[in-house]
Amino acid sequence: MTIAALPTSVLAGESAFVWKRRSQLVIGAAVFAAVAALPYVVTDIYLQNVLILTLMYAALSQSWNILGGYCGQISLGHALYFGVGAYATSVLFIKYGISPWLGMLVGGVIAAAVALALGYPCFRLKGHYYSIATIVIAEIGLLLAHNWDYVGGALGMQWPFGADSWATLQFARDKLPYFYFALGLFIVTWLVTYFIEESRWGYWWRAVKDNPEAAASLGVTVFESKMAAAAISAFFTAIGGAFYAAFVAYIDPESVMAFRFSLLFALPAVLGGIGTLWGPAVGAAILIPITEITRSYAGGSGSGLDLIIYGTLIMVVALMKPEGILSLFRRSAKREREA
Amino acid sequence: MSGEPILKAENITRRFGGLVANSEINMVVHRGEMLGLIGPNGAGKSTLFNLIAGTYPPSEGRIIFEGQDIAALSAPKRCQLGIARTFQVPRSFDTMTVIENVIVGGFVRHASATAARRAALEVLDFVALTGRTNSPASELTPPEKRRLEVARALATQPKLLLLDEVLTGLTPSEARLGVEIVKRVRDKGVTVVMVEHVMEVVMPLVDRAVVLDLGRVLAEGTPAEVVRDPRVITAYLGERHRAA
Repeated sequence: MTIAALPTSVLAGESAFVWKRRSQLVIGAAVFAAVAALPYVVTDIYLQNVLILTLMYAALSQSWNILGGYCGQISLGHALYFGVGAYATSVLFIKYGISPWLGMLVGGVIAAAVALALGYPCFRLKGHYYSIATIVIAEIGLLLAHNWDYVGGALGMQWPFGADSWATLQFARDKLPYFYFALGLFIVTWLVTYFIEESRWGYWWRAVKDNPEAAASLGVTVFESKMAAAAISAFFTAIGGAFYAAFVAYIDPESVMAFRFSLLFALPAVLGGIGTLWGPAVGAAILIPITEITRSYAGGSGSGLDLIIYGTLIMVVALMKPEGILSLFRRSAKREREA
Repeated sequence: MSGEPILKAENITRRFGGLVANSEINMVVHRGEMLGLIGPNGAGKSTLFNLIAGTYPPSEGRIIFEGQDIAALSAPKRCQLGIARTFQVPRSFDTMTVIENVIVGGFVRHASATAARRAALEVLDFVALTGRTNSPASELTPPEKRRLEVARALATQPKLLLLDEVLTGLTPSEARLGVEIVKRVRDKGVTVVMVEHVMEVVMPLVDRAVVLDLGRVLAEGTPAEVVRDPRVITAYLGERHRAA
């Protein structure tokens, strides 16, 4: 073992890594281009609707993954931030005529502020206690929305009908604009994740997830790391909520803040691969079509069969591949290398 | 061996409920030296070690690092100031690769991931883990995990490195590699405090030793002095050493 000889190993390690990072971007570009072409193949309105929801949940799960996957703080209350985004945008647009584009930013900032205010007490809780606290807080938010007349109470709020326009994000029949908005939102959350992965926060979050005490000994400010993850995660979740409000043009507490949503943000990431760049997208691509299609074919009497199906899926994944579907590919790639 | 003091523990007491783990401990670590912190099981070594690293604050007393009282500072703050540690039971980040583990530590000194990665590659070379750069940390052997602990700590570019039983339980060849790494760390100008309870391991290595027993400083001095001290022989080495 020599002391001075490092350049070859260092340089080889660096170039291999740079190549690996770039290839992710190339794969991303190819996937996004292919998805962008999908509506030209899938022209059925109903199926386009499924695509839009799949992309939306992929984006939302990608946002959830920042806090839950990378930082390891399993929130089951992200419906709260989704609702904040949906309500902020709707209130500003319906009552004050403020553009939904501005409204979604306002919603995002409010959601991030709420996440920080809640994180301050809640991040002192560990593991399951944190998750339970997030469920309870989101339920409180749901009750507040139910009883707050200013935002329509239990009746909710209807977006006014207007001409099709990108400015108001209103399109009466056309699904394509929503499709591309949802795709754009997913690409943004994917890029945010991609760049954060290779930044101080990215590394520190994963260290906090694996071992907070060891992380602290290496200079990681554990509490601040969690707060940053929560704020970024909540911001993009609220943007998703704003999009959803514009998309369905009518919101009430149950349709944007129910516990069901919190699950739907977490499950794709868990199914696809928690704390990975592609996990949420893979999970959403499997889960959301199943959910939507069973819901429409197995009767419209509310949620039932879809919940059973993805409950089963999650159990299978948890028992057989706890690291998610993506880990299947990683294993086989490793076997090839060794062979 | 005596440079200026880099660390001073002044009248440190630490209680856990009714248990006094450290009692009125005074200790000086000189810049550039390698200090062994030894004592039988339950002597309070780990508590003192954790107090210096910032896992918890002392109940009483001051800890002076480079002239500044750090007793109230958090562990990450102390790391920024230049104190790094390893854990007796390795606490690697098991969902991350070996180099990613090391990069985490590098961000205390480097703003960009590129710089942190480059520094991490150098550190991995230093502890002979280059061959494992991209392995998941969970797949390392126990001695490799020990070296990863040291690598992560070194990535924070410490002035004072606290090693918690890094040489315990290794095979002779692993131990030789470990000793060589520790010596090279010291040769880089890093002050090293080693906690070990196996005297045979530390004594040939350290410049000075502090012996703890029942939460108090029992003796201190060069290894030769300490080994001859009758109180140490009785409290720590016992009958076996006397017979020899």
